[in-house]
Amino acid sequence: MRGATRYKWAAGAAAVVLAATATACGGGGGGGGSSSSASGVLSASWTDPQNPLEPANTNEVQGGKVLSMIFRGLKKYNPKTGAAENVIADSIESSDSQNFTIKLKSGWTFSNGEKVTADSFIDAWNYAALTTNKQINSSFFSYIDGYDKVHPETGSPALKDLSGLKRTGDLSFTVKLNQKFSTWPDTLGYSAFMPLPQAFYSDHAAWVKKPIGNGPYMVDSYTKGTGIKLRKWTGYKGDDAAANGGVDLKVYTDNNTAYTDLLAGNLDLVDDVPASQLKNVKSDLGDRYLNTPAGIIQTLSFPLYDKNWSGSGSEKVRQGISMAINRPQITQTIFQNTRTPATDWTTPVLGTSGGYKAGICGDVCTYNAAQAKKLIEEGGGIPGGTLKVSYNADTGSHKDWVDALCNSVNNALGNDNACVGNPVGTFADFRNKITNKQMTGPFRAGWQMDYPLIQDFLQPLYYTGASSNDSHFSNADFDKLVDQANAESDTTKAVGLFQDAEKILAEQVPAIPLWYQNGSAGWSDKLSNVALDPFSVPVYNEIKVSS
Amino acid sequence: MPEPENHPDEAMEPAGGTGATMDLAQDEARGLERPPGHETAPGGTTEKPRSLWSDAWRDLRRNPVFILSALVIAFLVVISIWPGLIASGNPLSCNLANSQKGSAPGHPFGFDNQGCDVYTRVVYGARASVTVGVCATLGAAILGSVLGGLAGFFGGAGDAVLSRVSDIFFGIPIVLGGLVFLSVVTGTTVWPVIGFIVLLGWPQIGRIARGSVITARQNDYVQAARALGAGNSRLLLRHIAPNAVAPVIVVATIALGTYISLEATLSYLGVGLKPPTVSWGIDISQASSQIRNAPHMLLWPAGALSVTVLAFIMLGDAVRDALDPKLR
Amino acid sequence: MGRYVIRRVLQMIPVFIGTTLLIFFMVYALGDPVAAKCGDRACDPATAAQIRHDLYLDHPLWQQYLHYMAQIFQGDFGTAYNGQQVTELMGSAFPVTLRLTIVAILFEIVIGITLGVITGMRRGRPVDTGALVLTLIVISIPTFVTGYVLQYLLGVKWGVIEPSVSAEAPFNELIVPGLVLALVSLAYVTRLTRTSIAENTRADYVRTAIAKGLPRSRVITRHLLRNSLIPVVTFIGTDIGALMGGAIVTERIFNIRGVGFQLYQGILRLDSATVVGFVTILVIVFLAANLLVDLLYAVLDPRIRYA
Repeated sequence: MRGATRYKWAAGAAAVVLAATATACGGGGGGGGSSSSASGVLSASWTDPQNPLEPANTNEVQGGKVLSMIFRGLKKYNPKTGAAENVIADSIESSDSQNFTIKLKSGWTFSNGEKVTADSFIDAWNYAALTTNKQINSSFFSYIDGYDKVHPETGSPALKDLSGLKRTGDLSFTVKLNQKFSTWPDTLGYSAFMPLPQAFYSDHAAWVKKPIGNGPYMVDSYTKGTGIKLRKWTGYKGDDAAANGGVDLKVYTDNNTAYTDLLAGNLDLVDDVPASQLKNVKSDLGDRYLNTPAGIIQTLSFPLYDKNWSGSGSEKVRQGISMAINRPQITQTIFQNTRTPATDWTTPVLGTSGGYKAGICGDVCTYNAAQAKKLIEEGGGIPGGTLKVSYNADTGSHKDWVDALCNSVNNALGNDNACVGNPVGTFADFRNKITNKQMTGPFRAGWQMDYPLIQDFLQPLYYTGASSNDSHFSNADFDKLVDQANAESDTTKAVGLFQDAEKILAEQVPAIPLWYQNGSAGWSDKLSNVALDPFSVPVYNEIKVSS
Repeated sequence: MPEPENHPDEAMEPAGGTGATMDLAQDEARGLERPPGHETAPGGTTEKPRSLWSDAWRDLRRNPVFILSALVIAFLVVISIWPGLIASGNPLSCNLANSQKGSAPGHPFGFDNQGCDVYTRVVYGARASVTVGVCATLGAAILGSVLGGLAGFFGGAGDAVLSRVSDIFFGIPIVLGGLVFLSVVTGTTVWPVIGFIVLLGWPQIGRIARGSVITARQNDYVQAARALGAGNSRLLLRHIAPNAVAPVIVVATIALGTYISLEATLSYLGVGLKPPTVSWGIDISQASSQIRNAPHMLLWPAGALSVTVLAFIMLGDAVRDALDPKLR
Repeated sequence: MGRYVIRRVLQMIPVFIGTTLLIFFMVYALGDPVAAKCGDRACDPATAAQIRHDLYLDHPLWQQYLHYMAQIFQGDFGTAYNGQQVTELMGSAFPVTLRLTIVAILFEIVIGITLGVITGMRRGRPVDTGALVLTLIVISIPTFVTGYVLQYLLGVKWGVIEPSVSAEAPFNELIVPGLVLALVSLAYVTRLTRTSIAENTRADYVRTAIAKGLPRSRVITRHLLRNSLIPVVTFIGTDIGALMGGAIVTERIFNIRGVGFQLYQGILRLDSATVVGFVTILVIVFLAANLLVDLLYAVLDPRIRYA
């Protein structure tokens, strides 16, 4: 009688043992293979980019990783210093900060043999600007003369080509801008400005499935949803050829899973170590982990179109709120020092010559509970009594720092209901509310630089009517200073003018600077010479793979 | 070939037995669920015949499992209404300097990621969690049993319509439903969340109830009662319901726990209970990512949830034992 | 029986239409999907308008729905927002999830029913208490934690399995994910079986069978189980669909690009083509599972008849 039960247990146990053996045997065989250092292939974590891998259609890090490996443009940003250096451009000159003459170096080709010529750039930029091509980076071409005909605000485009681009030879062309912009050449390292081969137009669908570029790597295979395999292109003539044989980018559903795979030896490189693992990273990886500044700043933006936040005196409330946030405690406890408390509206990556100046924010960014309380009272108190800080709940684990921020404000003001987090379900909904001016309280606003210029941190965000001015800040003095700085050809003077404009931000506080964000990466013991560039993308072509 | 079921009012078989029946009978004798003091005399009893429901109540009162679980639930209800009775702190006052620290004097359960006192949050969290769990379960169970039971009993077109409608509800993904229905809600009360969980939870209980009723209605005693002139409502309430209720109770008591976890998932998505509401679900989901470093942040709210679920499971078992004629 | 099946298949049509309409409407109610395509910054209005036009989003809701249904009847489930065909996404996601669900259901059946029988016949014994404790653990501790802990212990510390599942997702890699997925349902199945067994243990026919001298295993499998399984089978039937569409947490932990994951991504991106496509197929799976369950009722209990 009891035997029957015993048989059941035995059968069950046997099944479990069999299963375990099957998994152990069948599950093996991970790990990126590598035999010698020059031809070793490394595996790295990736997520499927939302948009196709067209250079003018990619504005997030994941797509940007691939573009940084398969394309080289007129300029490139030095991975260590962030300075813009000529790559394909031989010279870019202008006498009036509005008309530029661009000469290209000879000998550059795409991996399918086509030559890189002036047309490679002109055709690519026209394609990007034309509305019907739906490229999300088109606005980067809005400075070029003729943009409004190719990309009108409403209606169909009248022309297909930007009138400001003129071909003057096989390897030269001129660009006329519709306003003075002295540092415009330094923006040309951004991925939107990459050249494209004719194959992009002749068989577009095939190109999107297997992009062809002119960089140190070429695409070997691309399976959407699974990963992309890149291999060193031996025909690359630039001076930053790949030090390894290739990179396999593997799609992961979650950064935690990628990190676990790294620990198990199945993955070589994880960039962006998840916040929940930061405490364990030292014990897990030892010195195979780095954490370096990236050109990203996190701010809290205010809806200045709302009557509660637009009156006079409201800037005092904003200043007070900024003083109630204990930035060092939050960056240390929640972020394990992968963030640095912000003291201006730019990023340390710019360097002092580039425009970073610690302390422009001054007292406003220093924790001072008593002063915070006083200023908020002077400004008329928090509108509605409770500050609701909005954020999107679906990505980025923002809940932790928003809660910490609110607790800091509550403790500083001695009121447990002064501040509360307000999650929005999807990123789409969050952006919709911002674009449609439906915010009633502060909301998180992160900004990743497109190129390392102080202009990028100020103009798109705080200039009247600018494309990313979510707070709808409008200040005539600020606009004037920015225009002057753009027209100024002397870089030091220009930077000075931009910083003067920044000082206005410290008085009006359309957005509270919170912290500068670092990039992080962890890697296996097969890799060496791992570094992140200022865009928090690993410098893949310099990584060495050992056997 | 299965034989007809026992009649509900039949007397119990004697304890003990011989030979091959020993194992099964002895299992029953040792079963804790068997209420002590129950009449075991074969043949007539000396009490006047009572309805099944009052019989059930009398058994319940004498069942120690029922009493214990009822006390625990009463305790939970009391601290839901007056959390200050056993917790003197404020669940919302948090000091980041204490983040993830272990237990300290005055803070027996330690601190969570934000530096809030875990003990206070567990006590205050009872209100939201128990309310959500109990109300959502009651709602889904009642709605599900009524609709599913009627569908199973009457069959035909009504069953078809109801089953297909519940199939459509089954198909709605929780994430999508939550985002659509709950993101328009701006208040911080628990009722929209409860309503949403009932909306998505009733089909499952409905199908279980339907299956139970379909089985029960085949029995001979139903035919017998019908032949004696019983109408549908009498059949349903007096004969079918007690026999069909057991699986529904089992599913409902477990569902209570999963509904509280579902509330946690909805909060994680940003559409459930919003701060400053305190609930075990919110704390559990926040503590989940830190399990490697500070397991105490997860264990205490999860423990509170376990105790609650256990109490309801025990309660459900006792009620089912008292009601279900087959288990007497 | 044949006519019953045909009637049920015909009933799938109104459910299909009702579901697509409801889900389409729900995704539409979530808002404008174009805003999310430009990352953390506002979309250029002209580009956004162009994208909206090409995705047919500038038409009223009822027109969009009719356009979508017309495409479906030509076999075109539309294009997801990342450029892939929805049918392609489904083709890569459904087989993986199907395998994962099969593993989970097998665990539910084998472990759940076995444990349920044992605890049902030994109520109050240590086995019963142990099973109750396990039930409480899997209910109170979220799947995320149990999955992560198992993944860490088995994948990293002891190296028994690979922590993440490869793209082809063969059955052997899906064993631990399947177990994690099945944990909560195991609690339900165990307790349902337990109750049913306990109910039927005292039935006359069981006593008769034993008195006749049948061995215990035969009594259990032939007589006891057959009568006790109806609630369990009902539950497993409802579970199939829930496991397929709701395995998002397990899939994220183990890097499985299955239905739950694609559906979740689609919902977050407000991608109506993906969401409606996937949910529609899932509902058809529910319908088939429910039909199977209803037919099984008749097999398990011959007194149940269908016209």
